[in-house]
Amino acid sequence: MEPINIVNSVITPLNRKNVDTDQIISKEFLKRIERTGFGQFLFYHWRFDAQGNEIKDFVLNKPEFKKSKILVAQDNFGCGSSREHAPWAILDYGFNVVIAPSFADIFHNNCFKNGILPIKLTEAECDDILAKGLAKPYKMAVNLAEQTVTGEDGIVYQFTIDPYYKETLLNGWDEIALTFKYEDHIAAYEAKRVAY
Amino acid sequence: MGKNIIEKIWDKHVVYQEEGKPDLLYIDLHLIHEVTSPQAFEGLRINGRKVRRPDLSFATMDHNVPTKNLPTIHDPIARNQIETLAKNAEEFGVELAGMGHPDQGIVHVIGPELGLTQPGKTIVCGDSHTSTHGAFGAIAFGIGTSEVEHVLSTQTLWQNKPRTMEIRVEGELPVGVAAKDIILAIIAKFGIGVGTGYIVEFTGEAIHKLSMEERMTICNMSIEAGAKAGLISPDQTTVDYIRGRKYAPQGDQLEEAVAYWLSLASDEDATYDTVRIIKAEEIEPIITWGTNPSMGTGVSGYVPTQADYEDESDKAALQKALSYMGLEEGQPLTSIDIQHVFIGSCTNSRISDLRAAASVIKGRKVNDNVTAIVVPGSHTTKKQAEAEGLDKIFIAAGFEWRESGCSMCLAMNDDVVPAGERCASTSNRNFEGRQGAGSRTHLVSPPMAAAAAIAGHFVDVREFVKETV
Repeated sequence: MEPINIVNSVITPLNRKNVDTDQIISKEFLKRIERTGFGQFLFYHWRFDAQGNEIKDFVLNKPEFKKSKILVAQDNFGCGSSREHAPWAILDYGFNVVIAPSFADIFHNNCFKNGILPIKLTEAECDDILAKGLAKPYKMAVNLAEQTVTGEDGIVYQFTIDPYYKETLLNGWDEIALTFKYEDHIAAYEAKRVAY
Repeated sequence: MGKNIIEKIWDKHVVYQEEGKPDLLYIDLHLIHEVTSPQAFEGLRINGRKVRRPDLSFATMDHNVPTKNLPTIHDPIARNQIETLAKNAEEFGVELAGMGHPDQGIVHVIGPELGLTQPGKTIVCGDSHTSTHGAFGAIAFGIGTSEVEHVLSTQTLWQNKPRTMEIRVEGELPVGVAAKDIILAIIAKFGIGVGTGYIVEFTGEAIHKLSMEERMTICNMSIEAGAKAGLISPDQTTVDYIRGRKYAPQGDQLEEAVAYWLSLASDEDATYDTVRIIKAEEIEPIITWGTNPSMGTGVSGYVPTQADYEDESDKAALQKALSYMGLEEGQPLTSIDIQHVFIGSCTNSRISDLRAAASVIKGRKVNDNVTAIVVPGSHTTKKQAEAEGLDKIFIAAGFEWRESGCSMCLAMNDDVVPAGERCASTSNRNFEGRQGAGSRTHLVSPPMAAAAAIAGHFVDVREFVKETV
């Protein structure tokens, strides 16, 4: 996967809580056997009506957000299905960073396997950023190494991240290749493992 | 100090531990299906990697499979996915119960049915409802496709140890209230994010009186409360269920296994990071009215109003949900007409679910305005139901009797609820568009779905059975 550290972009304010992975990528698009090409289907039923026309007032369809790399939402982002097609769609569409007060566990894990940085800020901070982003296009600068998100108005938000996942993202590591270095430990475990 | 079952199982599976890193956790059973595995197998091929333990992996086909007119799949992309799994299983030496195989079925139904699911195991699958297997006292959780590839290659996963939560269901469950109602009540009471970052153990008198199939319904929906996994300490009910199943230990090995399994139950003085308590007596049959599983209310209740919420974002969520669902604030739940009934899914498609639904509809007719289908969770369940004559009861009432699969729970195959129409569904998610673009899902137990099929609208199944006898 691609390493990630600095991301500068207008934010896309998705002012909703409990955004589930069924909304991020609907089931009719899960039948492909590739990891690529899912971006066109991101939030499909929120972006397009039954005839396939763009729904103009949905935030992703507004021209000012078309090149955004940072998605901001409310609580419990990515809940529901484990489908990794959700982060694949988010990344393929062009987002590298998702900011929310909390993430569902499986989605959160899946982000780190794909070079997406999920940032947890407090609910008040996210509300603040969403309000600014909804009022007018609002630029932010993400710095993973420093663990900061800086608004164009100079406000700095500090975030915490698990050190292991931080390293993984900064280096774009292949986790399986890393795990192979622990082969001896795995073999030793298997040798004493009781299997019924 | 005593340990809870979560700590006991976790500690036994740590392969490697280092400060500043997640634990490297060994995986005892990896279940595989067609939708979340193709990219993982492709990753193995690209990197010249093998499946480390094909003997600890088991595959089936469930999400995409048709439930009628087998074996034709009209959708070429879905067909490709099915064929890809067959090829991958063959190439990498993984046992497969594919379409038409006697052991085929929904992955979370066949794991227990075949005896693959056992207490003390770590079990993963590229599917969030893997939590189902926790009913046996296993740590079972859903993973993404990259993690599927990681398990295939290494039989391990890097995992941060989750916090532990006890959800205690105290007291006695009222007659006519189902396991589905317990879990829907828990999610309605504590919210869909309550379990985020936790593994939950369900405890209490009401839980331990449940059958294994009822326990599976509870653990299945742990993920709808955000939990990484949900489990129940094993007891004699667990052991009795496993004994004699195809892949269960046999003979002396079984006795040894049983002693080990029972030793895993949480100690009397075990503690948890968080404890939540709900009283079984307060639970009534639940109907969801909104667009996530926490938006549910007892059958005697009403669709909530703005005044029921304080938080502005909750008020906004209510408005959005009701606008999608086409419901009015304050509307009695029993006034909601339905056009579809789906009895099936990894939550409620086992033999006891089918028996419970059949007992409600026996001798009655499905309402003229309702299309109703039953989709048994596995081929084995279907055969057993047919041996008991349940299929005849359903068909006589006007239900369609289908082949097994995930079906209308997520509508990846042809089983779709049309836009704007309502479905009383025994499945686990009522998200927007879950059962088809624009479809409206109400989650209920099998007896509640069966009663709604007859009445054409929601009714309290407890009253319904009395009144119409």
